[in-house]
Amino acid sequence: MEELLEKIGQCVEKGKVNKSAPYPKDMAGQDGADELAQQALSIGITPDAILKACNDAMQRIGERFGRNEVFVPELLMSAKAMHAVMAHLKPFFKSGNVKRKGKFILGTVAGDLHDIGKNLVAMVIEGNGWEVIDLGVDVKTPKFLEAIQQNPGSAVGLSTLLTTTMVNMAKTVQEIKEKFPTTKVIVGGAPLTYDAAIKMGADAYSPDPQGAVEFLNKACLST
Amino acid sequence: MRSLIQTLKAKKIVISDGAIGTILQARGLQPGECPELWNITHRSEILTMAKEYIEAGSDMILTNSFGANSLKLKHFGLQDRVAELNRVAAQIAREAAGDDHLVFGSIGPTGVIIMMGDVSEEEIYDGYFVQTKALKEGGVDGICVETMSAIDEAAIAIRAARDATGLEVACTFTFEKTLNNEYRTMMGVTPEEMVKAVKAAGANIIGTNCGNGIELMIEIVKEIRKVDNITPVIVHSNAGKPIVKEGRTIFPETPEFMASKIKELIEAGANIVGGCCGTTPEHIKAIAKVVKSLR
Repeated sequence: MEELLEKIGQCVEKGKVNKSAPYPKDMAGQDGADELAQQALSIGITPDAILKACNDAMQRIGERFGRNEVFVPELLMSAKAMHAVMAHLKPFFKSGNVKRKGKFILGTVAGDLHDIGKNLVAMVIEGNGWEVIDLGVDVKTPKFLEAIQQNPGSAVGLSTLLTTTMVNMAKTVQEIKEKFPTTKVIVGGAPLTYDAAIKMGADAYSPDPQGAVEFLNKACLST
Repeated sequence: MRSLIQTLKAKKIVISDGAIGTILQARGLQPGECPELWNITHRSEILTMAKEYIEAGSDMILTNSFGANSLKLKHFGLQDRVAELNRVAAQIAREAAGDDHLVFGSIGPTGVIIMMGDVSEEEIYDGYFVQTKALKEGGVDGICVETMSAIDEAAIAIRAARDATGLEVACTFTFEKTLNNEYRTMMGVTPEEMVKAVKAAGANIIGTNCGNGIELMIEIVKEIRKVDNITPVIVHSNAGKPIVKEGRTIFPETPEFMASKIKELIEAGANIVGGCCGTTPEHIKAIAKVVKSLR
């Protein structure tokens, strides 16, 4: 049992999606996250245990990404492998047998169409056990506010790649904080710095997805 | 047709242009607006900008077509106007450049990560083929594949540009300094890997653009020159990492500061120098003054 869970974790960390996946080369022909998750469920390993193995693996790859030891491709492949596991766990989420840590609303701010950074954050946070509500790109303030209204207690993440849209980000952060003062807001994106983030009223800034996970786990998990 | 490589032989150092996006924003381009649509809706603004760069001393200018590929234009519902927007972009730049300055067609990333498998390599190749063919029809002398971070996408863009135009192709990647003091693109590519890959794909000119300021560009050029001593190197540097002040985005490096680093950049091995985000005709003027004194 332990061995199977460890293998699932390895597949997620190394980005081995399924048996036929060519990546990574040194695992060619072996069972991937997809097959192993199915096997684990079939021999009675609990969805919770499988989820934890995935979360731990995503944590490891996220940390390595934060240390610049791996880059976007490795993180993407890990996320893809994790998604293959999640597909098997979906019925348990739906039935309520497995619970997520909380909800995280995420979007790229108004005027900005870039989604790579946001998607990476979404994948890592989902991989850590949060439910991610992805509002997409070019998200105007009312859409964020509506999503917070509909999902009370959610934390919010805003992304921007463009220097020009940092201004829109600041406006959105301020409006969120005005209407929902207790909502935790974290921002990220290439042109930002910690100082700029705090100045615009955000609770946190992270230069990488793992930092966002750490903030969420620290600031938003009161129980 | 003018050749950048021939021009380089004659002039030793070639002066390129500065930012396009920064200038358009200063003239009212709103976030979320399609910059390339301005080729049609604000033609005179684009032409004026191009002329300002020529007057500032640019030997070559780029077209306002960075994001005019079908995948990016789809966001604006403009995917059927790829050929038109690129052709006009080239025509405007040509009008400003006249016969004795070079025009390179700018093409940027699609925003798609190929290894995710959502979009096929064929579709990306076809998109770049249409884009670069239209740029040639509009009168460019070469193509500049810019702001790349992934080897697979850059190689496809270079191949498509060569197949569609037969013109000279430059390719520049965007590197950041990692915590381990290496230079890598977002996708993990080192300058050394970039050089090998883009030359294999057929690029005639290699280099780096965007980035976090001209001092780092000097370091990146040194990395490139460690593995390649022959291929011309082009650098389009940002005016530093942007900061927000009173709701406005400011690029910290002044024309004087950037100009003061140009000698070092050229000594490191750069042959064609210009600016990226945050640079203006004033920056190019200051850079041109230094370059002319070095020729």
